[in-house]
Amino acid sequence: MTELLEPEAPVRRPIPLQAPQLPRWAPPVALFLSLAAAGLVGLLLGWGPAGIAVVAWVLFLVGFTGWAQAIEGRRKAVDRMFATLIWSTFVIAMVPLVSVTWEVVSKGHGIIGADFFANDMRGVLGETNIVTGEPGGIKHALVGTLMITLTATAMAVPVGVMAAIYLVEYGKRTRFARTITFLVDVMTGIPSIVAGLFAFSLLTLIFGAAYRSGFGGSVALAVIMVPIVVRATEEMLKLVPDELREASYALGVPKWRTIVKVVLPTAFGGIATGVTLAVARVAGETAPLLIIAGSTTVANWNVFEGRMMTLPVFIYSSVTTGGKYAAEQEARAWGAALVLVVIVMSLNLLARLLGKIFSPKTGR
Amino acid sequence: MTDTTTDQPPRLDDSGSRATRAGDSIFSGLASAAGLTILLALAGVALFLVIEGAPAFTASGESAYGKDNIVVYVWPLLYGTLLAAVLAMVIVTPLAVGLALVISHYAPRRVGTYLGYLIDLLAAVPSVVYGLWGRVVLAPALLPLYLWLSDNLGWIPFFDGGESGPTHGRTIFTAGIVLAVMALPIVTAICREVFIQTPRIHEEAALALGATKWEMIRMTVFPYARSGVISAVLLGLGRALGETMAVAMVLSGAGIITIDLIGTQNPSTIAANIALNFGNASGSKINTLIFSGLVLFVVSFAVNFVGRWIASRGEVKG
Repeated sequence: MTELLEPEAPVRRPIPLQAPQLPRWAPPVALFLSLAAAGLVGLLLGWGPAGIAVVAWVLFLVGFTGWAQAIEGRRKAVDRMFATLIWSTFVIAMVPLVSVTWEVVSKGHGIIGADFFANDMRGVLGETNIVTGEPGGIKHALVGTLMITLTATAMAVPVGVMAAIYLVEYGKRTRFARTITFLVDVMTGIPSIVAGLFAFSLLTLIFGAAYRSGFGGSVALAVIMVPIVVRATEEMLKLVPDELREASYALGVPKWRTIVKVVLPTAFGGIATGVTLAVARVAGETAPLLIIAGSTTVANWNVFEGRMMTLPVFIYSSVTTGGKYAAEQEARAWGAALVLVVIVMSLNLLARLLGKIFSPKTGR
Repeated sequence: MTDTTTDQPPRLDDSGSRATRAGDSIFSGLASAAGLTILLALAGVALFLVIEGAPAFTASGESAYGKDNIVVYVWPLLYGTLLAAVLAMVIVTPLAVGLALVISHYAPRRVGTYLGYLIDLLAAVPSVVYGLWGRVVLAPALLPLYLWLSDNLGWIPFFDGGESGPTHGRTIFTAGIVLAVMALPIVTAICREVFIQTPRIHEEAALALGATKWEMIRMTVFPYARSGVISAVLLGLGRALGETMAVAMVLSGAGIITIDLIGTQNPSTIAANIALNFGNASGSKINTLIFSGLVLFVVSFAVNFVGRWIASRGEVKG
């Protein structure tokens, strides 16, 4: 045996257990090289930063993939190419999102101050009121957004929550329940402007062609809110364990008290989250309000009478009106946009917080 | 039945019975009424749009904004709506899939979670803010790109730019980009959800067989997530179709049909057209606009319906 093996030993080469790999510093070096090359050529030929970035990206994609191909083989090269592409989508996607945030904050924060919240736009030409000399502000828009959103919430939440209770507790798998589930799906897809047209058609048919009021806006917003509330509540009610309901029934508690005292409190956190998210969604709606709530320059607290200004419509009309004072109007629009974004973001954070605080403690 | 306890009637429905039953029936009645309200509301939406839109069928001349009939008026708007929305989806699909993969598979888990939160927050930014950004910031920034495109790639009909070339950035292409930015968070969120739900055991099996990360994603994640991604894109498309304010603020539209994406004259969209013209409209022109809204409703309903259908089919299969 040993005689047979002896002569083979010198011929056998050690098989490498690891395929050759690019070193860990390869990606940053390749990125630096392609940036440097593109920057050099770009500066010589006078391209803008965007052009340099695009060329650097192409250089990196081709160069790095080629390098990997030469050392690691085709499959690893493809892997690295797609990793590059996927991380690139991340960078590309971040550009507009960061830009929106940055522009809103940087252009909007300058005008924010006590006057901006305390004044409306009556008699304001350019920067200040022609009579009092006070700077123009968004009080009327804040009032409108608050009143219209509150009214819409007051209409949408009871309907939405009760409908979800029907779907989960009463109408399981009946034809009526399935129809409602389907219709809620349809309602989710209603374009907001169509909701506005609906409110307009309904209310002008009843009150006459010239009817404009905040209430119309609330009706449209409620149409948008209801499906969101139903969906959120439905999901939450389904999560409530049946044991809780059965325990309650076993104690002789009637069904409606079980729902009110056991099911709803358990699901409260999720429902509150869903409602808050729905409020945040409609607080930023513009199109329906533009159609039915109109616009005005003074604060109007009465939802049922007279036109109402809202923050989104204020932003829209400030920017699109143009004219002699376009610059001042645009500055106010950015300020209002910042306020609106802060309101909506706070509502979203509040929704998360509510969800955390009231999350059902099922002990699981 | 020989049980002696039958002497005493079961005390299940005793003194409280009437109140209990009344409470139950009131409560269930309320719940059903809420369901009925939803049904009526949606029927109302359709009914009132039809009532107010129907007179526009015979509209011509003045009431159809100078067009011969309603079809000639609505068709270019519908074309613009579809063009902008499809453009947005062409841009957003690869970005959203990539971004969702970063969150679900490429980034470290903790970073991925926070990225997910961030994207969800961005979905909440109101459309009017995106419109403001698109009009004031993005459109001027894109004009050099359009000039470059029409100079160098002008032979492609999409980048023709018209006779005098692009003169402003408020084109249908810009509108498509703004719509894409707005749809990105929603589409990404749904894609992420389905990517995360890929069975871990499939992924690990692929890796154990020596697949690279990309091969693992291609072989296990994509086949599993296909229907989810398609329905995400369709739902995003539904959103983009109905989006009003961003387009109304960004696009400088005229009711024309062209495949030139960066020209001075652009097709407008139904929703933006309603928002821009409703304030000045009166009488039969309002009927015309409401009719175009009805068309938009039908189209976006169809898209959403197909999206949900595909999603539910995927659920059954998964």
